[in-house]
Amino acid sequence: MARLVLQRLALLIPTLFGLSILLFLWVRALPGGPATALLGERATPEAVERLNRLYGFDQPLHEQYVRWLGQLLQGNFGVSSRTRLPVLEEFLNRFPATIELTILALVIAVGVGIPLGYVAARYRGRFLDHGTVVASLIGVTIPVFFLAFLLKYLFAVQLGWFPSAGRQSPAMIATHPTGFYVLDGLLTREWDAAWDALLHLVLPALALGSIPLAIIARITRASVIEVQSADYVRTAKAKGLKAPRLRRRVVLRNAMLPVATTIGLQVGLLLSGAVLTETVFAFNGIGSFLADAVFDLDYAVLQGFILFIAVVYALANLAVDISYGIIDPRMRARR
Amino acid sequence: MRVTALAAAAAMALTACAASEREGGGGEATGSDEGGRDTFIFAASADPASLDPAFANDGESFRVARQIFEGLVGTQPGTADPAPLLAEDWEVSEDGLTYTFDLKEDVTFHDGTPFDGEAVCANFERWNNFTGIQQSESLSYYWQKVNGGFASSDVPELDGTGKYDSCEAPDASTAVITMKSPLPEFISALSLPAFSMQSPTAMEEYGADDVTGAADAPILPEYATAHPTGTGPYVFESWTSGQEVVLVGNPDYWGEQGQIQRIVFPVISDATARRQALQAGDIDGYDLVGPADVVALEEEGFQIVNREPFNILYLGMNQANPELADLKVRQAIAHAINKEALVAQTLPEGTEVATNFVPPSVAGWSDQVATYEYDPEKAKALLAEAGKSNLTIDFNYPTNVSRPYMPTPEQVFQSISADLQEVGITINPVPEPWSPEYLDRMQGTPDHGLHLLGWTGDYNDTYNFIGVFFGAPANEWGFNDPELFEMIGDARYQTSVEDQTAAYEAANEAILERLPGVPLAHPVPSLAFSPKVHEYPASPVQDEVFNVITLDD
Repeated sequence: MARLVLQRLALLIPTLFGLSILLFLWVRALPGGPATALLGERATPEAVERLNRLYGFDQPLHEQYVRWLGQLLQGNFGVSSRTRLPVLEEFLNRFPATIELTILALVIAVGVGIPLGYVAARYRGRFLDHGTVVASLIGVTIPVFFLAFLLKYLFAVQLGWFPSAGRQSPAMIATHPTGFYVLDGLLTREWDAAWDALLHLVLPALALGSIPLAIIARITRASVIEVQSADYVRTAKAKGLKAPRLRRRVVLRNAMLPVATTIGLQVGLLLSGAVLTETVFAFNGIGSFLADAVFDLDYAVLQGFILFIAVVYALANLAVDISYGIIDPRMRARR
Repeated sequence: MRVTALAAAAAMALTACAASEREGGGGEATGSDEGGRDTFIFAASADPASLDPAFANDGESFRVARQIFEGLVGTQPGTADPAPLLAEDWEVSEDGLTYTFDLKEDVTFHDGTPFDGEAVCANFERWNNFTGIQQSESLSYYWQKVNGGFASSDVPELDGTGKYDSCEAPDASTAVITMKSPLPEFISALSLPAFSMQSPTAMEEYGADDVTGAADAPILPEYATAHPTGTGPYVFESWTSGQEVVLVGNPDYWGEQGQIQRIVFPVISDATARRQALQAGDIDGYDLVGPADVVALEEEGFQIVNREPFNILYLGMNQANPELADLKVRQAIAHAINKEALVAQTLPEGTEVATNFVPPSVAGWSDQVATYEYDPEKAKALLAEAGKSNLTIDFNYPTNVSRPYMPTPEQVFQSISADLQEVGITINPVPEPWSPEYLDRMQGTPDHGLHLLGWTGDYNDTYNFIGVFFGAPANEWGFNDPELFEMIGDARYQTSVEDQTAAYEAANEAILERLPGVPLAHPVPSLAFSPKVHEYPASPVQDEVFNVITLDD
């Protein structure tokens, strides 16, 4: 197991190196530049040139890249041209928000998706099954931002059940020792602040969790159906294993392996979905900050954040691989 | 299962040892329901770039700065005209080189430092002595722009080229500023938040000038991110980047404190999200309301407050293009455009049709300019006279951009080109992305025909409009008219207000006679508020301080 982890971590290095080159070129291929973005319509050519010189954009591309890479290796990810704060600091400030949102979205997706898929499989061909299949099809096809708008319009603007934007009500006075607002509220026993933060999470998490939920439900359904008709299930049944115990110990456990893989893959989907969801709900996480950085051509933030997200994604997948060993003892035996 | 139990135990343990900081500190009422009466929540479209306004030039920074800081000069409510603020009065010497300010007495900064002549001089000396990274255009933009340079600089064109010379404080309530050469727009410019008075003690203590980082990526000092200290009605409390800025009432304010004791600026960058936050009751108001949202919000019972426009949208006619070099052709185009219809179809409600290249609230706006009323027949006749009945012309316009003076460039283009086709002109559309293609082509090359552009003014200064446009030969317009350049330049350096206004009026009339472009409109900027907000002090130059606002329960 330790060897697997080390191997995978070693593989991360060339991957990130390749990504850094792609990122660097992509960001510079974006139209415009910070100079024109900063100076607006009456910028004199001299002012633009001065700013370009300042940002080093007048130097050849490969020299800019080497300089950037050198800074990266020293842990210097640059400074946001928009907020003028170090990119790493901006990332760490916002990451708890996105983790909080992603975890709740994942909890919804898993907590609703697996039972839904399981129930659909048990009542296969009946009304409940058809309903689940259609609902999950809609869940997969509906664009995240559209669902986000819809949820917000209905439950925040029209009904007023949930707040429409942000992580905490502006009038709420709360302390934030960790940056995870719900946890902060619990730690400091500011129950109203924790509740308020949780309310702010519900709609974005529902929107963000919709696609993973649908995918997980479908995979669970297919997997359970397959396992139900497997030989070992028939054998277990023949040996007189009672139905509830059979379902729990044999069917569900065996059906979970493909589902675990799917959940691991959803992490990438959740992180990319966060860009849209966070923007719609003005949720101050890495996703909305990244979206703003695209509009403002904030090169340092684009480069830094996407690299960080790649690392998070790779680590999440590694965690899934490790979890196989826990679900399926055979994996532990294999090299 | 084990994991869950462990996590629960850990959370309990943490809960037990982490005492609430709130319990000790005041125990104020919390919760959105109770936040009413004295809390005002105004959505910002972005974080402030800097809490130190000397290092900012954007609207969101200035909006926050207006609450915390005050300058020597303010504006008359609802206008762009300079008015006393921290300076009760001022005198300008005959030669325009010496400004003597009588300062308001018994004013202290939020940290208790007295506001006096020494403090004024400390601020001016600070701006003039910015060095290195501090001189970056993205930081000390306005000092550079207004003053024209610094005491010393590595950049030759900024090295000792400023107009400011020195500042003296003969006594606590007087500051005397001396110029090397006249700077006629000085007083108007001082109303910019960039020239706010800041506490010399706090700036010293929190290293206001310690801009670090590399030249390409300045990092602001603690002062500019956590300790802005002014004399205004609100004191800085906190800034959570990407989330919100919070200010609280200044109990020792020299003026009227007002009802609002707490201001929260939540950051909501998406325009639709701002509107929905207002509709959901999460915020009390927001700025930059989209023209399409104005009617809908009004119908739902929200208040729309319009600022008096301080901008201009125009159609440029590049005379380097041989077809447009003919005055008759330019006049024909001006007569062909139905400005009223254009405004009604494409610009926000309340927008005024423009006749000058300056808005009416700026000195020097003239009602005597040639106006070129809508008359398609006359346009056709003028084209025939010029022998250009089958005119084909390039029409440049920007895409994927929304400027305060031009929310939807494509629609403006459609409307005008339909008018021009009506009188027999064939339009060759040249759409380009705003930045850098469109701007580069307008300002850097002679290769364009008709084009859409505009400007939003910074402070009440006619030169800030027509001087920027027509003060010198420019690629945008493609003409060289020394007589006009001289007229505008002379007007700038008139020392008496009456003479200057008359000179600018004459210049505006001369411009419209020559018709380098057609002034189209002064689009009105709108704010939206919940019905409980009253007396929002809308200002053409956004000099809006929230202590005058009142809130219903």
